[in-house]
Amino acid sequence: MSRVRDALVAAVVLVLGSSPDRPGDEDLDHRVVPRGPQERGAESLLLVLLGGAALAAVAFIVVYALDGIGHQTQWLGLSLGLAFGLLAAACFVTARRLVVTEELSEPYPEHGSPHERGLIEEIVHESGSRFTRRRLVKLAGTGAVGTLGLAALTPALSLGPAFDNDGLLRTPWKRGRRLVDETGRPLAAADIAEESFYTAYPRGVDREQLGAPLVLVRLPLEQIRERRDWAPQGIVAYSKICTHAGCAIALFRKPTFAALEPRPALVCPCHYSTFDPAAAGKVLYGPAGRALPQLPLEVDSSGHLRAAGNFSGPVGPSWWGVRMRKVKS
Amino acid sequence: MIRRAVRSIDRRSGSAPFIRKALRYVFPDHWSFLLGEVALYCFILLVATGVYLTLFFDPSSTQTVYHGPYKPLDGATVSHAYASVLHISFSVKAGLLMRQTHHWAANVFVAAIVLHVLRVFFSGAFRKPRELTYLIGIAMLGLVLLEGFLGYAMVDDLLSGLGVAIGYSVALSVPFLGASFANLIWDGGFPGTSAFWSRLYIGHVLILPMLIGGLLATHLALVAARHHTQFKDSPGASEKRVVGVPSFPGQAPRSLALMFAVFGTLFSLGGLVQINPVWLWGPYHVGDGTNGAQPDWYLGWLIGALRLVPSFDVTIGSYTLVPNPFWGGVLFPLTVFGFLALWPWAERIVTGDRGYHNLLQRPRENPWRTAIGAAVVTWVFLIFMAGSADRVDVWLGISYTAQIWFYRVAIWIVPVLVGLVTKRVCEELVAGERVQRVQRDAALAAKRARSLGSPE
Repeated sequence: MSRVRDALVAAVVLVLGSSPDRPGDEDLDHRVVPRGPQERGAESLLLVLLGGAALAAVAFIVVYALDGIGHQTQWLGLSLGLAFGLLAAACFVTARRLVVTEELSEPYPEHGSPHERGLIEEIVHESGSRFTRRRLVKLAGTGAVGTLGLAALTPALSLGPAFDNDGLLRTPWKRGRRLVDETGRPLAAADIAEESFYTAYPRGVDREQLGAPLVLVRLPLEQIRERRDWAPQGIVAYSKICTHAGCAIALFRKPTFAALEPRPALVCPCHYSTFDPAAAGKVLYGPAGRALPQLPLEVDSSGHLRAAGNFSGPVGPSWWGVRMRKVKS
Repeated sequence: MIRRAVRSIDRRSGSAPFIRKALRYVFPDHWSFLLGEVALYCFILLVATGVYLTLFFDPSSTQTVYHGPYKPLDGATVSHAYASVLHISFSVKAGLLMRQTHHWAANVFVAAIVLHVLRVFFSGAFRKPRELTYLIGIAMLGLVLLEGFLGYAMVDDLLSGLGVAIGYSVALSVPFLGASFANLIWDGGFPGTSAFWSRLYIGHVLILPMLIGGLLATHLALVAARHHTQFKDSPGASEKRVVGVPSFPGQAPRSLALMFAVFGTLFSLGGLVQINPVWLWGPYHVGDGTNGAQPDWYLGWLIGALRLVPSFDVTIGSYTLVPNPFWGGVLFPLTVFGFLALWPWAERIVTGDRGYHNLLQRPRENPWRTAIGAAVVTWVFLIFMAGSADRVDVWLGISYTAQIWFYRVAIWIVPVLVGLVTKRVCEELVAGERVQRVQRDAALAAKRARSLGSPE
């Protein structure tokens, strides 16, 4: 019991009592930090804020420990945010009311030290006084360090096939390759309706490569102005990867609005490059600099869609060789 | 207790003189000096929350089938990277809080740096002897943009996949070297091998943070070595003497208050305001795209630039010299960063001012700099706005193509107009102050004359 009483008394003294001034504080001449008035009100506010911060921190621990509480993330954020917020307020009160805000002034540092600079120069100069062919030594030294630097950088070429651009030209398409939908089901010509938009992949091949995905649309045959023999029944297939920045073309403009947008178009949602599916993927609008590569199609005896060859050109964004090199299977 | 602690440290390090000086280091006072501090505290919180996230994140593009508490994606084929982010968001207690706080902190971090750079630019704080401090700051801004991009790229959700694809096209677009760059970074073509994912990850969690941290330390050391700049508000402040509050006890609780306020705000945002809900975007696959794709705000200026360029690749015969994304994705940011980095030297050559400057200028006191700065800010801001033209089309029904044509013209005209107006406003403000000063002096002289002339 007496221990409890002692603890209680100690707590009361802690809260209500004030520590006596140290003897040295009386002597104003010897202070570094000037004396300011004591602010018991602000001190009490500080204690409340610190207590609040501790309570909010406890709340965070409790919310964390409670399983099955609704909106746990929100409560965690709120309690932690509150704890830091109250701590910030406590520091603010301390800064404004409980420590003195002195205005000090001191000289800006000098602009370097000329004497020391001279000594550095002298040390370097005198240290080299035993060399007789200085320029030659400098040249040789620079050459050695330079070539060594180059040698140190050379292994960076292992990062990837820096000079082999075959990967940029290769696609999984070749004559006879079947088209399948997202679920892997073979696509038949009859599945492709007008005024809609389909994604297709080559059968049995890794889809995570730029050359794999296709967009398919069916247009009235008489609308198709170029490569009509690549489009059996008016079904045209293009690489789904935009030639501007490599995003997947995810928009098909159909129906159209006669005055402004007279023809159906494939549109990339990243920078709005717009391609004409009826005219070999020509760019109608937007930043793309190249037509969309087209894949020739054929319909096999069972009515399924197959590639009749590889794309009209390399797929994906442009690079120096994209117009010079042929696409590879 | 303090005596014992100080004694034990000083006897082992001899650092008492240094600590004493550091405690009394003078901080000049102005609200705009806090912006850099806010950035610093964001960085601290980014490192803390980021370290926590690395304990759960799996940087792998290997595909797996998702089975977890988020039912709409049950059975979907996703990468391990994406699956581990779903795990952090839905299964790790406090995981979503940490993830969202990390993302919010990144957004506020870049905003604070940009505002800090503007403050430093328009007040002339970059002038001799602080050019190096400034240059390091600009370098940090560049690294931070890249760091943010890698951070949201490696989550492998649909939006980040589109972002990486755009990054790939920008790398490819560099004349002559583009294909080699892209092949080296992605270990072959897009979407890259598993090595590419190791590189994204180690870049985001180690290489770039170390570079940023190292530059940050140098930046702060240089600030302290040459001391803060100051406005000449307080009497006694001059090119020779700095006036302000000592770091202890005056400045320390203020800075701590700001730090805790930043932490509190970011944790509250992280808990209460949803950001980048990757489960709604879904996993990325090469053949998938989505409408309304928008990056984090600090990359909006690049999206705008990519969208504004008309349809062309520069070719010589069949050789593609400059693929289209080069203009918006490489040349535009290089121009902006080049302008920022070279400005101190350009200004010095044009004005012939080679002196040391510890006093800051108010923007009006240097009309040409303020005008050119305002023009460049307008230019970048308009291009940034162009990046959201598709959203404006959806929300307000203003045609996308009409907007793009407007911006294509406006980005060359409006900045010039803004620059001219700014210059005039600065000059008028200075002239107005001169008139006020003359009037005040005259009134004072009249008063003195009256008091002299009047009988006692």
